Amino acid sequence: MSERVTITVDGIPLEVDAGELLIKAAEDNGTYIPRFCWHPRMKPVGMCRMCLVEVEGPRGILLTTSCNMPVSDGMVVHTESETVKKAQEGILEFLLINHPLDCPVCDRGGECPLQDQTLSHGPGESRFVEEKRHFEKPIPISDLVLLDRERCILCARCTRFSDEVSGDPLIEFQSRGNNTQVLTFPDEPFASYFSGNTVQICPVGALTSKPYRFRARPWDLEKTESTCPHCSVGCSIEVHTSQNEVIRYQGVDNDDVNWGWLCDKGRYSFESVNSAERLDTPLIRNASGQLEPASWPDAMEAAATGLASIVEAHGGNSVAGIGGARGSNESAYAFGKFMRTIIGTNHLDAQLGDGLDPHFLVGSTPRGVINDLDTAKTIVLWGPDLKEELPVLYLRVRHAAQQGAKLIVIHPRRTGLDDRATFKVVYKPGEGPALLNKLVEGDPGLAEVRAAINEGPVVGLVGRTGLTEDPRLAEAVAAFLRELPKATLMPLARRSNVYGALDMGVSPRLLPGRVSSASESGKAALREHWGSLPDDFGRDTIGIIDGLADGHLKGLVMMGSDPVRDVPSGNRAAEALSRAEFVVAIDTFLNDSAAAADVVFPALGFTEQEGTVTNLEGRVQKVTQAAPGPGQARPDWSILEDLAHRMGGSIGATSVNVLFKEIVTVAPAYRGLTWVDLEFGEGRDGLVMPLEEGDQPIQYVAVDPGLAPTKAPLALHSARTLYDDGVHTRFGPSLERLVGAPMAYLHPDDAARLGIPDGGEVDVETVQGSARVQVGFDPSLAPGTVFVPFNQGIGQNLGSAVEVKLEVVS
Amino acid sequence: MKILTSRMDAHPSDSHTISRYLATGGYRSLKKALSMEPADIIAEVKASNLRGRGGAGFPCGVKWGFLADVHPRYLVVNGDESEPGTFKDRQLLERDPHQLLEGVIISSHALGVNHAFIYIRGEYPKPARRVQQALADAYASGYVGRNILGSGFDLDITVHLGAGAYICGEETALLNSLEGRRGEPRLKPPFPAVEGLYGKPTIVNNVETLSNMPWIVENGGAAYAAIGPEGSSGTRLFSLSGHVRRPGNHEIVMGMTFGELIEDLGGGIRDGRAIKAFIPGGASAPWFTADHLDVPVTIDDVAKAGSMLGSGAIVVMDETTDVVKAALSVVSFFAHESCGQCTPCREGTTWLENMLRRLTVGQGRAVDLDLLLDVSDNISPGLAWPPRQTTICPLGPSAVSPVLSILTHFRDEVEALVTTGVSS
Repeated sequence: MSERVTITVDGIPLEVDAGELLIKAAEDNGTYIPRFCWHPRMKPVGMCRMCLVEVEGPRGILLTTSCNMPVSDGMVVHTESETVKKAQEGILEFLLINHPLDCPVCDRGGECPLQDQTLSHGPGESRFVEEKRHFEKPIPISDLVLLDRERCILCARCTRFSDEVSGDPLIEFQSRGNNTQVLTFPDEPFASYFSGNTVQICPVGALTSKPYRFRARPWDLEKTESTCPHCSVGCSIEVHTSQNEVIRYQGVDNDDVNWGWLCDKGRYSFESVNSAERLDTPLIRNASGQLEPASWPDAMEAAATGLASIVEAHGGNSVAGIGGARGSNESAYAFGKFMRTIIGTNHLDAQLGDGLDPHFLVGSTPRGVINDLDTAKTIVLWGPDLKEELPVLYLRVRHAAQQGAKLIVIHPRRTGLDDRATFKVVYKPGEGPALLNKLVEGDPGLAEVRAAINEGPVVGLVGRTGLTEDPRLAEAVAAFLRELPKATLMPLARRSNVYGALDMGVSPRLLPGRVSSASESGKAALREHWGSLPDDFGRDTIGIIDGLADGHLKGLVMMGSDPVRDVPSGNRAAEALSRAEFVVAIDTFLNDSAAAADVVFPALGFTEQEGTVTNLEGRVQKVTQAAPGPGQARPDWSILEDLAHRMGGSIGATSVNVLFKEIVTVAPAYRGLTWVDLEFGEGRDGLVMPLEEGDQPIQYVAVDPGLAPTKAPLALHSARTLYDDGVHTRFGPSLERLVGAPMAYLHPDDAARLGIPDGGEVDVETVQGSARVQVGFDPSLAPGTVFVPFNQGIGQNLGSAVEVKLEVVS
Repeated sequence: MKILTSRMDAHPSDSHTISRYLATGGYRSLKKALSMEPADIIAEVKASNLRGRGGAGFPCGVKWGFLADVHPRYLVVNGDESEPGTFKDRQLLERDPHQLLEGVIISSHALGVNHAFIYIRGEYPKPARRVQQALADAYASGYVGRNILGSGFDLDITVHLGAGAYICGEETALLNSLEGRRGEPRLKPPFPAVEGLYGKPTIVNNVETLSNMPWIVENGGAAYAAIGPEGSSGTRLFSLSGHVRRPGNHEIVMGMTFGELIEDLGGGIRDGRAIKAFIPGGASAPWFTADHLDVPVTIDDVAKAGSMLGSGAIVVMDETTDVVKAALSVVSFFAHESCGQCTPCREGTTWLENMLRRLTVGQGRAVDLDLLLDVSDNISPGLAWPPRQTTICPLGPSAVSPVLSILTHFRDEVEALVTTGVSS
């Protein structure tokens, strides 16, 4: 609790936190001081001068900006005196004299702080008769953002965001005085993963985004609060629709999660929702082997018959389910219940062979939350490049490091956080266990790092740095970090609602509510609700693919999953699908895996259905329907209920509400949660489950399994980049352009040794596959490492083995 | 009496060389200073009542006293002399660079500084070369570097050239520029003495201010304080320009009147004309008229009369001057030099410039006079002296001075211009 002081604002005494900025303290207590440059999530710069107020002091009453003025006890402030009014009107007049006032054709018109504050705090007339400043009308500064310098009021919110918040200062003030303008540097576009935030925080229409330009008037928009589905961070968003079409997402300032920021992939992924490629009718594979549109009854019949005949012939455990991480908790719960009770199998997995132990992900102790970063003395990141995989978590770590937390980054390659890291350790893939041992044993070479991480509170961000890394290394790291002073752990997996799906029991090792599938009492309790529960051993996704490929498994149900593109060994997944006797896919797109199915059901996607999701903290948040889906698409759970019915049963999935109520009854970790709370109450920023400590069934203590290092002359580092060939990017015209070309990256010394020129062509070969690609140099790699971005067209065929060979083609 | 320019007057051909400097008593003060306790040197500077020569006239010793007790700390020499009509530092840099260096070394020793920076205006190539050469010679002679003259005191000095912005004469913009950032004034607090260059405590002093240090150390603060009237002690270098017969720099003991200065040192108004107006202390100072010729040239008397002695630039305008054009010239300068970060200065100075320009081409309107004043008022509320400001730094209000001056002293003339479209 910080110290409280009393200040007087316009004659009213207020008790506020000592040191709080005056503009904020006043606003929190009902006095709005106009502003343009000040943003609550960035440092004050006092540039626009709009927030001038009068403060009484020893030298008399002084006009001063309130955005950079910390309150002090006894401070007397006037925000509405004649002097203040004149000053504020003067500033607004100055801001308007060169503003083009093209509001009728400006995207911002109707939601524009310049318009709004001109009305509330501006002069009533214009006295300016000179020629206005002219610039070329909007110039593209990146593939996504356009800049209109005539509209710009030079508040520097965008330039400061890029520098201070996102760490890619690609836009800056240029020239000076009356010619000052925001610009990119020559030949260097504003290629930031976070550029959309600058559009959102621009207080005028100077920055506009290509996907939204001229598509709507703000007053026509329907606004629905929801949660971004792109990754597991769970950013709060507002979905804006016009005439039943989603036309943009805006970040919502959630104190616990995203602070209003979004990454561009999340922000602009709305385009894929509207894609013409969306599945809008069921499909059945016809006699000639082609998928063709079918009616719902025919498709249901085909799917039910196909699955039932396999179950009858080979038993329920000859069928498997993959998916659940791309939808809501309710859909995932329905999927798990369908697979376990209707099909009768424990072969089900929401992870796609690229994740971590499910108990580790959902039951780690002591489990941390994102806000722990702000009180941490030390942050250790041994895991994915957050900028690429969990972008807004990257922003939060970056902020914490800038505020003074020591940041240690351990990764095989440069990461977005390197410039803020106190220590960065690079290692060759496969040699992680040896590095960890050195760290644990206090190797002199790592003495400084070891000393640094002993200062708590410590937050450990642990995950797989890449797909060739043994997932157990993350646990070994966690086992070490959890013993540090006041340590909390955040095990990291990136896919959308994967934590929710695991919490709903979509895993061979979990039952709903973070209960181990090995727990007899857990199984007994669930049987009471579900009636039946298979007892057999369950396979994870890699096991399922192996089972299908070798004929042990016969049938597969996929729900919102694309193993062919997402499993580290995609060609192996494709082979498994082709060997399967019967495959059902429930999806929003006919992805590579669904294209191999016998029956395909069109599902409603994000923004098209209600529900809850769970982020990487275990925080449950609402997702909301904002628009209807395409054609005949239906909610996944409803499709599963229908299918169950056709197969002679039911999963009781009559509505989302019914499912939610069942979840909070059946799933121990989700007890006590109410829809009302999430929608209107304390839970609007999400609630971290469980609400009560005793409701957490799994208390998973990570242990070091004692891995041996994998030695390879050349080691493969395969990791995701933000813009990949997933559905959000592939079916979103704006993002699609941003996907990089497939490349393999080498340390220049290795390239020299192997005689490979920059831009040369090589065949990359692993035991699992090969690919022909161009080579780029990357001196940030540990020598002996080959980096191939996964999911940019080639990486998924190389598998997860560390050893790699290069054959020079040219 | 002359302190700063006696060497260059006596030895115009080589006053900038180390040999001449040493031959004329140079670096003697340094030896004395190195044998003194830093606190004693600071006490002498306080006793001297030396006030900053950069414009604000803040007592140097007091400024030094604000330096926070954090190391490293820096001394930065402000040689970004750019105000129109000001060219005194140029002469000191060019003609007696060792005098400045000696001042810097003494001050650094007094302040516990081991790295000092000399920031020189980018358009001063010759002064910069002279300082660079002097610095090289001083390093070679052991006056700068490790263990100076065996005292154990280490000092490095870096010379940095500006990139052509007047605003970098504002001390915090100068620090930004030195750090490689845009030359934009910082919000204060924190003041440089607490958080300056690279976030460390920093003293920024003008070239002329520091050039006085060798004399003060040699002769004592009390001796310096005894020169000139109270509050304006010491000698001072004035840059006299405009319609005088003998423009140039003049080192004087303060206290004579402006009339005497213009007549006796400047040789009077050219072509025997009458004086119309003069700027007593640089382009940002409110103008004086013939009525002010009796004002004594001291910091306090000029302030009392409603202007400032500023950087010591006196610009004289005779009776043929078109005051609107003269004001436009000054306002244009400030509009051009506005850094652009804060609204009133960026927008307001150019607006004032455009209005004045419109007046000069016969496009003025009667309402423009009050509009000029009200726009000025929105930059400098109350149009008072000393100015209040809606801006971050005083550059915006500086552009107000000439506007206010012509509308105060020559309103009839401006009105006539608006009515007839031609200047009288």
